[in-house]
Formats: sequence, structure tokens, C-alpha cells
Amino acid sequence: MNTNTILKTNNLAVGYRNGKQQVTLLSGLNLSLERGKLVALLGQNGAGKSTLLRALTCDERPIDGTIEANGKNLLDMPQRERSRLLGLVSTERIQAGALTVTELVGLGRQPHTGFLGRLDEEDHAIVRQSMADAGIIGKANEYVASLSDGERQKAMIARALAQQTPIIILDEPTAFLDVASRIETMRLLQTLAHERDKAVLLSSHDISQSLMLADELWLITTDRQVITGTTQELIADGVMNRLFTNRDIYFNPTILDYSF
Amino acid sequence: MTYRRFVVTLVALTLLLVLLALACLVFGSVEIPMGSILDIVTGKGSENKAWEIIILKSRIPMIATAALAGAALSISGLLLQTTFNNPLAGPSILGVSSGAGLGVAIVILAMGGSLGGLLGENVGSYMAILVGALLGAGAVLLVLIAFSAIVRSNTMLLIIGILVSYLTSSVVQLLNSVATEEGVHNYVSWGFGNFSGVSVAQMPVYAGVIILALIGSALMVKPLNALLLGARYAQNLGINVSHTRNILLIITGILTAVVTAFCGPIGFIGLVVPHIARMSLGTSNHSRLVPATILSGAVIALLCCLVSVCNPHGIIPINAITPIIGVPIILYIILNRRRINYFN
Repeated sequence: MNTNTILKTNNLAVGYRNGKQQVTLLSGLNLSLERGKLVALLGQNGAGKSTLLRALTCDERPIDGTIEANGKNLLDMPQRERSRLLGLVSTERIQAGALTVTELVGLGRQPHTGFLGRLDEEDHAIVRQSMADAGIIGKANEYVASLSDGERQKAMIARALAQQTPIIILDEPTAFLDVASRIETMRLLQTLAHERDKAVLLSSHDISQSLMLADELWLITTDRQVITGTTQELIADGVMNRLFTNRDIYFNPTILDYSF
Repeated sequence: MTYRRFVVTLVALTLLLVLLALACLVFGSVEIPMGSILDIVTGKGSENKAWEIIILKSRIPMIATAALAGAALSISGLLLQTTFNNPLAGPSILGVSSGAGLGVAIVILAMGGSLGGLLGENVGSYMAILVGALLGAGAVLLVLIAFSAIVRSNTMLLIIGILVSYLTSSVVQLLNSVATEEGVHNYVSWGFGNFSGVSVAQMPVYAGVIILALIGSALMVKPLNALLLGARYAQNLGINVSHTRNILLIITGILTAVVTAFCGPIGFIGLVVPHIARMSLGTSNHSRLVPATILSGAVIALLCCLVSVCNPHGIIPINAITPIIGVPIILYIILNRRRINYFN
């Protein structure tokens, strides 16, 4: 096992409950995340990207298997300990428009602060550093409501950075962004993985950007397998054509995207 | 920057609170000269024993009752708005007050005329009413928790709250049809809302419970702020969301129930005051919002109280005044949703 491995799943099975029925989407998963690497999770809608991420962030209990973080069972760990290992950026609507960016990023310190959540000098310094790293420090005193979608996403990433977790998981971080902000966000995440030694896992619909910027890909194929590897490996193995059920499109390696 | 605004707002609210309290001490159906009021308050007493009784046993308890009721209902509203992630939530619109009211109705009507006045000096009777209110408010909160897990839409939850109110009022009317005339009369006059229902003897229970619950809410600022980001983020920040939600709703239930039992089902204050606090502070940060909401709630309630006693023809019911203050503010908020920061 790689010494950089920070998160590992053992025979993980994920799915959802539909009334009394249990639907397994993905099973037998033995995945691992390493520090210093940006990993992109790709798959068509309904393939189980969000379900897998919800299991990894412990928002949903997996159907089977275990998740280890830093060698410990993530599911049975006290919540506070988990909140210091794994940071989340999701697309959920937040009601934080009347907080300043600094206050929002400051919420990321909660796993480290006391009962009333007061920030000390060190916390403030970490908040400033996180805003600088995410490239949002110029808006530190602005209200979150006044930010553009791209800036808001940077603020949420800064918040996850302030949490100082070795793992950051992002559920479709570029979903509502325009092309320029998408590329900027992806490059930011790549830089954070490489320079801050984070294990960054994101789900995405942006095939070509993920192929270009991610160090590793997790592909959910149409027959519900998760295949991992680098861009070159996956293209060479022809896996890219097992991503979508639609037979009218095919993967075009020269543009790193699908053609029809 | 925002911190200075916080300090200025708190100082202004405190001054307003003192001014309104003094005004409520001076104005009323009986005119008492300033000098005599001063003598009575400072303990020198007055040759007019009736004045002494009015000031010490009526006006001062009324001021304390109003200020605490306003603070309690406003914090209830704030906690409900954050817990359900719904800016239009409040104890009356979600039916929590009606639930408490139903509990009170059952107790008052069951005891019939035997109460001897609405909230008698008899400890047993007002404790029974208090317990009834707590159980009623608690039942409605349980219904809301259950429905909020099923219906994800904020508007639907508000409609469920309104439906609960209709249901409780129909149950109350059914109860009325079999109750004694005195019981019905007691219940109807309780329903108007008033701040003079807490006697000096009942004050320790009333004030004690409210102050403890307010302190409890002030201790919850950290999870409240996390909840601004929604349940998933809060969970990720190490907050036990279901546990936190339960504590917040228990505090809300206690505050609403105590105020409703003693003062009647008072509308609008819980819904409106958190918005007044947010807009005057320009923040949703609960570490500033909680103290500002407590003070603004006390100020608004004292304002209502002052208006209610200033009528020369008799006391105006509180529930006739709160909508006049509340409705324009809610309409302003709804119409300006897109411009108000905390909606975006």
C-alpha cells in the first residue's frame, strides 16, 4: 500500500433505500485516495456518483464494506474527529448570504474551536491564509450574497481549506459555473492537491477538463463498475467508451472529449 | 466594520428598551404624577395606596412580562427560522402557539369555572395550564419534525403549520361547545393576548423559565451558525444535526409555551423580530443575532404594550396591535427578497 494513501474503501457497496427495498448501485469497491493527488469521479447521470460521495462523506451509510481514513474506521469515528479529516464542498443551497466571506470561511474552523465557536488569533490567520490560497481574499469583507457563482465556489473551497483536513471531497464543484470559472476552479483544486498535499476527490460532468487536469480518474461504467487509472491508461484501455449508454457518441482521444 | 454596527445597534436598542419601559411605567388608564411614581419606585412609598398597588403590582410586572415575552417569542422565531431553513417560520405561523393554545384550552375548559379568573394565584392551576401549553407546543413540534422529513419544501411546511392552526382552533371550538360559560369566557379573553396576566407571585416561574431558555439559546450559536450552511455541511463541520435540532426545538417549545400560557397566543412578534434584527445588524451571524433579537423582541413587545394601555377607553388587546406592526414588515421582506442579503 502506498504510504500516501489517506482514504481507503474495503469491499464497499453503496446504494439507496426505496421504501423497504434496498437498491445497490455499486459494489465490491476497493478504492484509495492519496495525498497530493486530484481525482475526478466521472459517470453518466444516475450512475451513482453522488451516492458514492455521500457514502465517503458519511452522509449515507453504505450497504456493505468499510471506509478507512488514516488507518481508522471512518464510519465509527467520533463526528468531531471525522470533521478534522474530511472536508466537503457540495452544491446544496446555503443561507449564508448575509455573512461576509471571512465569516463564512471562519465556519470552517468549527471542528477546531471551542463550545461557542470563537476564533483566536491563530484561527484568524488560518482563515486569511485559506482565503488567499483559494484566491478570494480580495473579497474578504464582501457579503457572500454579492459574489458571483465562481467566487462563491472559491469561498466554499476556502471554507473547506480552513477546516484543515487532509481530504477534500467536492460534489460537482463546477456544476453551475461558466467555462472560465470551471477551468479556474479545476486548476485551483489541482494546485491545492499538489502544493498543499491534499487528497482531492471531485465528481464532474466536465470530461475533457477532468481528463486534462486530474491525476487520476474514477470512471463509473455503464455496467456499474468503477475503473480507476490515469487518463493515458484509461484511454489506452478503451474504457472511455464504456461511460455512456448512448451508442451514437464515441470518445475522441485527440480532443479528450466525446464526438458523435 | 460590522462589529461597530453591532455595538451601535445594541446600545440603541438598550436605550429604546429603557425609554419604553419608563413610558409604560408613566402612561396608563390611571394618571399618576411623575413625582409619586419616582417615590414609589425608589421605595419611599406614597400616601395613595392605590397608586402604589398600580405601580408595584400591575405596571412593573406588566413591563417585565412584556419584555420577556417579546424576547422569548423572537428567539423562538429565530431558532425556527434557522432550524427549518425557512425565513418565514415563526411560532404562530407554524402552529406552535396554537398547539400551546389547545393545551391551555383543554386545561381551562376542563377546569371550567373552578379556576376563578384566568390564571389564578393557585399554583396548581397555573402549573396545570403551563404543562398543558408545553404538551401542546411539543405535540405540534413533533408533527412539524415528522413532516419536515417528508416534505422538503419550505412553503409546504408553512402550509402544514397553518393547517395545524385550523385544526387546533376547530378542536377548541368543539371543546367550547361543551364547556361552561365561564370557561369559555376565560378562554376567549385569554385569546386576545395581554401582558398583565403574570402576577408578582407567578413572576419567578415565568421569568426564571424564560431566562434559562434564553441563556440556552445563546449557548447554541455555534451549531446555529453551522446550520446556515444546511444539514450536510453542518454534519461535515462536526455538528450532530438531529441532536442539535432537538435541543433547538425543545428551547423553542418551552419559550413559546410559557409565553402562550401566561399571555395568550401572540402573533407576528416571533416571525418579524428576527428579520428586524438581521436587517439592522446586516448579518445572519448568530453570535450577534441572538442578543440583538432578544433586545429587539423586548423593545417591540413593550411598544405594543404601551399602545395597548394608552387607549383612554380601555386596554386594546395585544393581538390587535401586533399585525399592524408585523404585516407591513413581512410584506416589505417578501417584496424585497431579491435585494435582501440573507435570502441570497
